[in-house]
Amino acid sequence: MSAARDVNAAAAHWLERREFESWNEADEAALSAWLAQAWEHRVAYWRLKDAWEHTDRLSVLRPPAPQPAEAPPTRRPFRPILFRIAAAALLIAALGAGAAAYYSSNTDAPRETIYATQVGGHQTVQLADGSKIELNTDTVLRARVSAHERLVTLDRGEAYFQISHDPKHPFVVMVGDHRVTDLGTKFLVRRDNKNLEVAVTEGRVQLDTPDGRLQSPVLLTRHEAASVHDNKVFVTRKTALSLTNELGWRHGFLVFDHTTLADAVAEFNRYNQGKLVIADPATARLTMDGTFPIDGISAFTEVAQEVFKLRVERRRERIVISR
Amino acid sequence: MVETFETSRGTGLFKPGAAMTASEVEAWFVREVLPMEAMLMHYLHQNWRNKSDIEDLRQEVYARVCEAAQKEVPEKTKAFVLTTARNLLINRVRREQIVPIEAVADLDELEVAIDAPGPERNAMARDVLRKLQGALDRLPPRAREVVTLRRIEGLSRPEIAQRMGISEKTVSEHLTNGLCALADMLYGDASDLRSKP
Repeated sequence: MSAARDVNAAAAHWLERREFESWNEADEAALSAWLAQAWEHRVAYWRLKDAWEHTDRLSVLRPPAPQPAEAPPTRRPFRPILFRIAAAALLIAALGAGAAAYYSSNTDAPRETIYATQVGGHQTVQLADGSKIELNTDTVLRARVSAHERLVTLDRGEAYFQISHDPKHPFVVMVGDHRVTDLGTKFLVRRDNKNLEVAVTEGRVQLDTPDGRLQSPVLLTRHEAASVHDNKVFVTRKTALSLTNELGWRHGFLVFDHTTLADAVAEFNRYNQGKLVIADPATARLTMDGTFPIDGISAFTEVAQEVFKLRVERRRERIVISR
Repeated sequence: MVETFETSRGTGLFKPGAAMTASEVEAWFVREVLPMEAMLMHYLHQNWRNKSDIEDLRQEVYARVCEAAQKEVPEKTKAFVLTTARNLLINRVRREQIVPIEAVADLDELEVAIDAPGPERNAMARDVLRKLQGALDRLPPRAREVVTLRRIEGLSRPEIAQRMGISEKTVSEHLTNGLCALADMLYGDASDLRSKP
């Protein structure tokens, strides 16, 4: 029996437990402690983890995900009219605070909950099935979660999903014509204008269209991202770091890494009522690095003035940056 | 219509000479080093007589390579991996006072190995499903069944145990053994597969 074989067996055992058991912070701490003991532990674990993640690909052999909209006959939950009025009042109150959830009055559909954030808002929603959704700025989504289906429709904006896996009831996110089906995972979905982006931080998801317009479903695994425009799907691999940067908003930050000023300004404008404007294309092409608070327009304009020696002018609602 | 392209190469992701964080080391190891495993195993098999040492040697090469890379990303991964392997073999020969003449490759042979075309990283990605199926086919039947039930049908450990009529502990054993064997087949040279009980 070799030492390496023992270490491999231990690493495989960690992965097996992480795969099958509910994993809490104490487990994660114990694993971290084991990994910290030796480089041999780390490389063995990383190697087997990568192999196991490769077996994600096997799930393409799985029969296609069930259609989400087949609503089984269910008893409609009893909702007195007073409750609906209360919910609407709550909605109005909550909208002022930046986020809202209420039950839609569409009584023909199974119970649907709408969650929304305002510009600059950030809201975490815990669903009945244990899944968690984090809504970014200016986002609207509708959730139908019951014993029979788990369906979320993203009408606008961006959300990060941490799904409690249940193979019998796949978690489905509809974005326009496109369907994202969770196969056990954490992922990000962003919708703006006609573009859709899906990025996977853990596990895997399947991207397709219910009408079959995409010839074959696209399977995304960890650190892969798909962007869709004009019905074309582009798949890229991302580094852990760039995904972390992309998710900076979860902690209230925008992270720029060789980002053009045009893109940086577009990001700020997603979160703030006062809009930044760049006056000329040469300025728009400048690139920058840095981490800013999401509402840190003044920090950003300071950098523009001090570092890039640009001119910053306030004109009513707008802040214009130029040479 | 589906278009796929790879952006990880040539973007200066891992800057030679720079230090890395722990998670960057993992990403570097998985992307840069693991695709070299077949070549590394071939080198170890050619230059080390005692086959029962090979798994230990591979592990130690990986550990030393990552340890060094965290402080400073090597410029050429392949040359760095092979040089580390060679130094390790030389040290072992000295330490263990064994003198197998052919234990350590001479330098010329090593240089040749470094210059030889490396494994195509993209080929790995492209062939991964075919490779996986091949590897899966060669697993012991019970281990294969556990992996399949988990990955394709998404069953839980108790569900698999019930379906197969075995204990949950046995399910775990099949999965851990299967995982080790799968990794060897995915990364290591198919012709040098060790047989696993």
